[in-house]
Amino acid sequence: MIKTFIVGYDGTKPSERALEFASRAAKGRGASVLVVHVLEWSPYSFLTMEEIAERHKLREQEVIRAKAVVDPVCDKLRADGLNVSSEVQYGDPAEIMCDIAAKHPESIIVVGRKGTSNLASRFMGTLGISLIQASPVPVTVVP
Amino acid sequence: MSIFKLGAAIVAALTPALAQAQEGGGIDAAINAAVAPVSNFIVSIIFYSVQIGDVSFPLIVGWLITAAAVCSIYFGFIQFRGVKHSLDLVRGRYADPNDAGEVSHFQALTTALSATVGLGNIAGVAVAVSIGGAGATFWMILAGLLGMASKFTECTLGVKFRRENADGTISGGPMYYLSRGFADLGKPGLGRALAAIFSVCCIGGAIGGGNMFQANQAAKQIANVTGGDLSFFADKGWLIGLVLAVVVGMVIIGGLKSIAHVTEKIVPFMAAIYVGAGIVIIVANSDKIGWAFGQIVSGAFTGEGVAGGILGALIQGFKRAAFSNEAGIGSAAIAHSAVRTKEPVTEGFVALLEPFIDTVVICTMTALVIVVSGTLDSGLTGVELTSAAFATAFPWFPVVLAVAVVLFAFSTMISWSYYGLKATTYLFGENKTVENIYKLFFCICVVIGASMSLGPVIDFSDSMIFAMAIPNVIGLYMLLPVVKRELAQYQAKLASGEIKRHR
Repeated sequence: MIKTFIVGYDGTKPSERALEFASRAAKGRGASVLVVHVLEWSPYSFLTMEEIAERHKLREQEVIRAKAVVDPVCDKLRADGLNVSSEVQYGDPAEIMCDIAAKHPESIIVVGRKGTSNLASRFMGTLGISLIQASPVPVTVVP
Repeated sequence: MSIFKLGAAIVAALTPALAQAQEGGGIDAAINAAVAPVSNFIVSIIFYSVQIGDVSFPLIVGWLITAAAVCSIYFGFIQFRGVKHSLDLVRGRYADPNDAGEVSHFQALTTALSATVGLGNIAGVAVAVSIGGAGATFWMILAGLLGMASKFTECTLGVKFRRENADGTISGGPMYYLSRGFADLGKPGLGRALAAIFSVCCIGGAIGGGNMFQANQAAKQIANVTGGDLSFFADKGWLIGLVLAVVVGMVIIGGLKSIAHVTEKIVPFMAAIYVGAGIVIIVANSDKIGWAFGQIVSGAFTGEGVAGGILGALIQGFKRAAFSNEAGIGSAAIAHSAVRTKEPVTEGFVALLEPFIDTVVICTMTALVIVVSGTLDSGLTGVELTSAAFATAFPWFPVVLAVAVVLFAFSTMISWSYYGLKATTYLFGENKTVENIYKLFFCICVVIGASMSLGPVIDFSDSMIFAMAIPNVIGLYMLLPVVKRELAQYQAKLASGEIKRHR
């Protein structure tokens, strides 16, 4: 059975829909919810020297800001009686979600999508599409 | 300050000077006359040369090579034993996933490389082989390989003794390991004095070699490819300088990082084109590769046809390597010290790749192309020789080279502006006003460097870069045992599995 709903959440509307879907589904079957917020980051992008010097400071600020997005919704779900935990991580969103899923047996990934039928975004691929290709667990894309 | 105001300020500050300069070189002459005596005096000390036979050997080159050799021997040729570990670090094999979002080793390496790869690799090598013959290449490679050990030492120290500011940013570099490292040794006064000397030289080097020289060469190359003396740009160096200054100002004062990002993305691309074209030329002349290496090795040990013989070739090769990869100068330690790492030695391991890429790969490529293309005896030198050598295979290459020169010059200026800024804040404290004065002055110097042929000023500022090596290398010698302890601790942790591979 599904024990963990891993939800990609960044405070945007689609991610809120995903979280709502996941929390309802989790409540029904007594599963827990893991809220994941990924800050996009590549270790191979170029930084200027000033950015290198400021990186640690900025990273700390970014983590604080990300927690401010994630923590309130987690607290709200906990008040509803759900078992909720959260993670804030740096990296490629799809890779990070897959890594986390691999550590949670009997989990499912839930993400939202913007719902554009824009040709460009279809070709460029979205988080949902990347996850469907690579995820070790089932994926639900919430419209 | 908005970018437009900045542009206007630079234009306003320079308009009278430029107008006067154009009326008959009055400013040039006045500045030359004022600066020449001081400049010549300092240049003659820094580049003090001893006469060996009929060649003069600048002692500062010997100073850097000796430091590189001492570091190599002291660390048991870490540059060969540790290179596999260096590559693993750069590939992120030891990167803790929990530290994602911090500066990676790869980013530190590429940023530091963008400061060193530049005109030296293109123009400087051509000067070396045109004076020192093919054999100079051999000595250049040897010096590059030795320089890896001094880079290792200085960048480890840079991280070890860096300072974390109250706002979470990091300041590091020779001024910090000289002052803090020597304080640990019980010589705080000496350390502070050396750190102050280093900072003054670093500001001079940033303004000069890291700025005016670059702007000057970029302007010359633009004029060359657009028609030489007949070019629209031939007597309009100030115009090129003004454009460069505004772009530099946008980045360093306006904080427009996107411009830096764009150029820095193009720079590796240009480097790849350069190396790629070089490989094509070498492969196309594959029948001559054996002969070329023969020339390089025999030239190195016979010095045939070279003024000063073996010694002449050796000096040119050593000089180019030292001037190009900046090992022992201390500049790279400023860049690497900002990286967040638990083990200072890891930055040393990463940094030791720089002289290899800069000198052993890119400089050697230039030298080989010049030798196999047969342009070595053409009587040309500098960028023109490199240009001619590449043009034998690709007639359009001089234009690509001009673009590369301008971009390399730009990225070197941005990097050096940061080195100079760090030295300024070390001397005067973290102070926004002082920082902005420095940055504005830096931009003005771009225009001056591009528009005038200030020989003495450029000589002076070049010598300042090498003057940095005097306090820095003293620091390296005194702090060698600190690095050895760090290295031993790190290797013990690797062996015990306390530091493990994550991928």
